[in-house]
Amino acid sequence: MMDPLLSISNLSVNFKTERGNVQALDGVSLEVNEGETLAIVGESGSGKSVTALSVLGLLGDSGGVSGGDIEFAGESLVNASDEHRREIRGNQIAMIFQEPMSSLNPVLTIGKQVAEPIWQHRNKSWKDAICEAGKLLELVSIPDAQERLGDYPHQFSGGMRQRVMIAMALACQPKLIIADEPTTALDVTVQAQILSLLKNLTTELNSSLVIITHDLGVVARYANRVAVMYGGRIVETASAAELYRNPQHPYTVGLMNSIPTLHGKPGARLNTIIGQPPDLSNLPSGCSFHPRCPFAKPQCMQSKPKLEEIFPNHFRACFGYEG
Amino acid sequence: MRLLIIRRLLALLPTLIFTSIIVFASIRMIPGDVIDLMLAQNDISTGNDRAVIEAALGLDQPIYIQYFVWVVDVLSGDLGRSLWQNTPVTEQLALTLPITFELGFLALLVALSVAIPIGIYSAMRQDSMGDYITRSFSLLMLAVPSFWLATLVMVFPSVWWRWAPPLQYTPFLEDPVANLAHMSVPAILLGLSLSAVTMRMTRTMMLEVLRQDYIRTARAKGLKENIVIVRHALRNCLIPVVTLVGLQAPLLIGGAVILEQIFVIPGMGLMLLEAVFQRDYPVVTGVFLVVGVSILLINLVVDLTYSLLDPKVRS
Repeated sequence: MMDPLLSISNLSVNFKTERGNVQALDGVSLEVNEGETLAIVGESGSGKSVTALSVLGLLGDSGGVSGGDIEFAGESLVNASDEHRREIRGNQIAMIFQEPMSSLNPVLTIGKQVAEPIWQHRNKSWKDAICEAGKLLELVSIPDAQERLGDYPHQFSGGMRQRVMIAMALACQPKLIIADEPTTALDVTVQAQILSLLKNLTTELNSSLVIITHDLGVVARYANRVAVMYGGRIVETASAAELYRNPQHPYTVGLMNSIPTLHGKPGARLNTIIGQPPDLSNLPSGCSFHPRCPFAKPQCMQSKPKLEEIFPNHFRACFGYEG
Repeated sequence: MRLLIIRRLLALLPTLIFTSIIVFASIRMIPGDVIDLMLAQNDISTGNDRAVIEAALGLDQPIYIQYFVWVVDVLSGDLGRSLWQNTPVTEQLALTLPITFELGFLALLVALSVAIPIGIYSAMRQDSMGDYITRSFSLLMLAVPSFWLATLVMVFPSVWWRWAPPLQYTPFLEDPVANLAHMSVPAILLGLSLSAVTMRMTRTMMLEVLRQDYIRTARAKGLKENIVIVRHALRNCLIPVVTLVGLQAPLLIGGAVILEQIFVIPGMGLMLLEAVFQRDYPVVTGVFLVVGVSILLINLVVDLTYSLLDPKVRS
């Protein structure tokens, strides 16, 4: 079998905050194969974005990797120099952020911002880089792309800005694109367009795509494989089809049940998972889902379940629940 | 753009009229008028002479008539004549104004070239030793008035090393080196005192800007850190800093007036001080008019700089 493009093994990340050390990731392991689309699913604060930022090396001054490793195309990123990681960013690994309104610099033209990765990593002149930026904007279906190169972000709508972000991410034809909730801030009608565009373009480039989302509908349509995160750990991974057919972790089951359906009784209450997402600075002992878990056993309060393969290529971290 | 400039210039008019009324009236309200001074100096005190001088200087008219006459003259480019020397105020201003502007410009140059790099450094090394040192230094410069510092600079080097800053004014065009040698000490003192606030503002804004999503985007592109700072952060951070510099314009001119006294620079400040003591009404009003116009123009330039920095203002 081919080596995975990205391999995260046993990754732990800590943040220093005013309330003390917060463990945002606790032994996360996952793999992304070449050309594959992986979805990372979970509630706010489950560690999805932190996982993405640690792959890019953009945790900031307060955050740091405290254990484990990230391997990209066979080399360790955790031990790589800052300079080497910078060369990989935007070039081999690109990221699309959640907020298209604030993720573009308000005082620089769109053309310049899209051209920057090409200028930085491909050693091209500004003129050539801007010329390629024009082609990229055409690629992401921005009308009158050439004329809009000199426009500023405030002259674009939210959906158009996210197209610009996609163009920017694709600029150097990276092997891996991480999209952190790319459509959360957009109108529902635009969401599907943006995701289809992203999926089609990455397929054309044969790039791998990691979509971070809390929308299981997105997962079902676009992902090959899914990783479900809870409280800074991965609780279940499987192929998208398998996960829908046969969810094995009570949290995944809860998420599935929370999806409103068209067949529900009008006026009926929506299903929810009882309780609140955990506080990362004060995680429950044992399995951090146990206070909300309808199947919790005494063992769940004492030790953390490991991620184990219970069906071929289907892993979960749970002691007891029989799905 | 041109329309914007014209609109802004027109908006200056009411402010100017208001300023001129205040200045025109207030200098005449100071106890002891110019006639008293003239009579005292020439040892004459009869009532008859007083009326003659008043009429000769046009001060026998009601104040609103005087103001009206003055406004008509100003509109034709005439700021009146000095009551004492009988020289045109415009001529005196033509000599002194460039000197004060030079001092102000040099001080601004010092202020910005100290404040902006240090502000950026301080923000990038937040809570480091260097950050604490520069922040304490800026607080110190805020707390210490520049005229006091100027006195120290005059006194202590001469006591310790028998060196004193040069006090002989040479016009720039005659000998630029001698001119700058004279101007640099007051310019540095004034600049440092102005830099304190600007530096703190730059630091605060830089910290704010570095937290923005678009900086994370810039880093995610793999840009070098100095490009992230200069191209992505600095321009966004400068928008409020420029406003602050505009608001500091009166401080700059006021500070220049005081330092001109200490360093014997024959600028507008020296001219103004003498005129106030002598109750030389046209000179005082003339200087204030020029100061007022300058401050308003500086703020106009600030507004125009915004549109250079911020594309949202431009469209």
